[in-house]
Amino acid sequence: MKKLLLATTLLALTAGFATADVVRLATEGAYPPFNLIDDKGEVGGFEREFGDEVCKRAALECTWSTNEWDSIIPNLQSGNYDVIIAGMSITDERKEVIDFTQNYYPPEPSAYVAAAADADIMAGVVSAQVSTIQSGYIASTKATLLEFPTPDETVAAVRNGEAVAVFADKAYLRPLVEESAGALMFVGEDVAIGGGVGLGVRQSDQELKGKLDAAITTMKEDGSLNVMIEKYFGAEGSKF
Amino acid sequence: MFDVCVDPDSIDGLTWGLCYLTSGKHLDFYMSFVTVLTLLAVTAPAAMALGFGGALAARSAFAPLRWFGKAYTAMVRGVPDIVYFLFFVIALDQGIEWVSHQYHCPDWTDPIRNGLEFRVCPEAKVPPASASPFAFQAYGFFLAVITFAIVFGAFAANVIYGAMQAVPHAQLETGEAYGMSPAQVFRRILVPQMWTYALPGLANLWMVLIKATPLLFLLGVKDIVYFARELGGTKTQAYAYPHPDWRLYYFLGLLLFYLLMTKLSEMFFNRLNARISRGQATAAGDAARKVAT
Repeated sequence: MKKLLLATTLLALTAGFATADVVRLATEGAYPPFNLIDDKGEVGGFEREFGDEVCKRAALECTWSTNEWDSIIPNLQSGNYDVIIAGMSITDERKEVIDFTQNYYPPEPSAYVAAAADADIMAGVVSAQVSTIQSGYIASTKATLLEFPTPDETVAAVRNGEAVAVFADKAYLRPLVEESAGALMFVGEDVAIGGGVGLGVRQSDQELKGKLDAAITTMKEDGSLNVMIEKYFGAEGSKF
Repeated sequence: MFDVCVDPDSIDGLTWGLCYLTSGKHLDFYMSFVTVLTLLAVTAPAAMALGFGGALAARSAFAPLRWFGKAYTAMVRGVPDIVYFLFFVIALDQGIEWVSHQYHCPDWTDPIRNGLEFRVCPEAKVPPASASPFAFQAYGFFLAVITFAIVFGAFAANVIYGAMQAVPHAQLETGEAYGMSPAQVFRRILVPQMWTYALPGLANLWMVLIKATPLLFLLGVKDIVYFARELGGTKTQAYAYPHPDWRLYYFLGLLLFYLLMTKLSEMFFNRLNARISRGQATAAGDAARKVAT
């Protein structure tokens, strides 16, 4: 009886909606300049502009949503949304569970940022965001890994001394270092990991993947992608 | 919101502060307080209803119903809340979509479960992909209410069950001696008399419920803790209102909010308790009688 009731309510709820082909994009909204929640409360940043342009070129109707970074892959698989657009690096481990389009941000090294030039990044405590290529890398070094759910907390840990350094995408760290008035600095060597940033889709969604791939190709060919990268990442952002 | 706020870079001081605190994101933050209060207002009665039903089931003379009632309270009480919060969202969500799928797409041949993927036909999506962001928030909220009600209902069931057992047997026997039927004894004596025993436990549950609302974020609803963390974090020039790490101040605000909520509740329950223990054969009722005479 209860099930029947539930089913009828749901039908009543869903009957009114048209079933237009809408593609739901999910981002983290906490990773500027890739993606952020702007002061109007909407998704903004590089990926917002890029995503809207890709959808336009692929003739898809797209809507935006946000999801915690840590559960962003499981929720793609359980169908809460159709595309991950969250500064996610293409890696072999992730390719086992989801598919990626070609990269739309070139492979860029990851870097250490510390509050002091002599920070011990080899054996000290290094912070990184959970489930990232950076946290995986730190776990394989002799340093002690300190994980946080959001990127902002990894940097805050360095400012308040919980960690000696943070290890993250250089593109994310660069504005923070530049605006810290000398409080934060790059230390050590950059590390080249990851295969660039791509859109994540379900493995069963090959048709969608094809459309997105084609749209990214046209953006690379006419140079509009580089213009967009220049706008959000400055002259130092990696180009194609 | 205000005309002066169009270009945040050109203003400073108080104006900047005012514009900052009235940005669209802050308005969302203020709205999330309403979300939390609504959740409390909806969940508390729902949990009470489930608790009452659970207690009745656990006292039932009909064995399967009794087992069900006891199993419900034992299971929910014995498993950490957070496990239920993680489990129910996924299970409820997929269950609902599965039912919808069976109805909408009976001819669908692809497997619903494909490795790690859960895939129903597009028509069966709840809410549909074309729905507004608000619909998705509302749906998440709906799942949250159900989950909170089930978890807190089990605790309430246990409290109410204990309170019903605590009503002196002599009072029930007196009712029977007056010729009341079991249903009448239940309605006229057991239920009115049990509140004095149930209230301290229920008040305690309410306090725990208030403090459990940050779990909303696990269910995908943007609650006050999410916004405090998001708004307080370091903001670079990529944002219209750049500022350093202000999470401390935002969390301080939340701390005051929660303290205020629990303090008000405490005052309310103290009054209620004094009221319902009047005339009761309990220590509190006895004390009230001595003050009155």
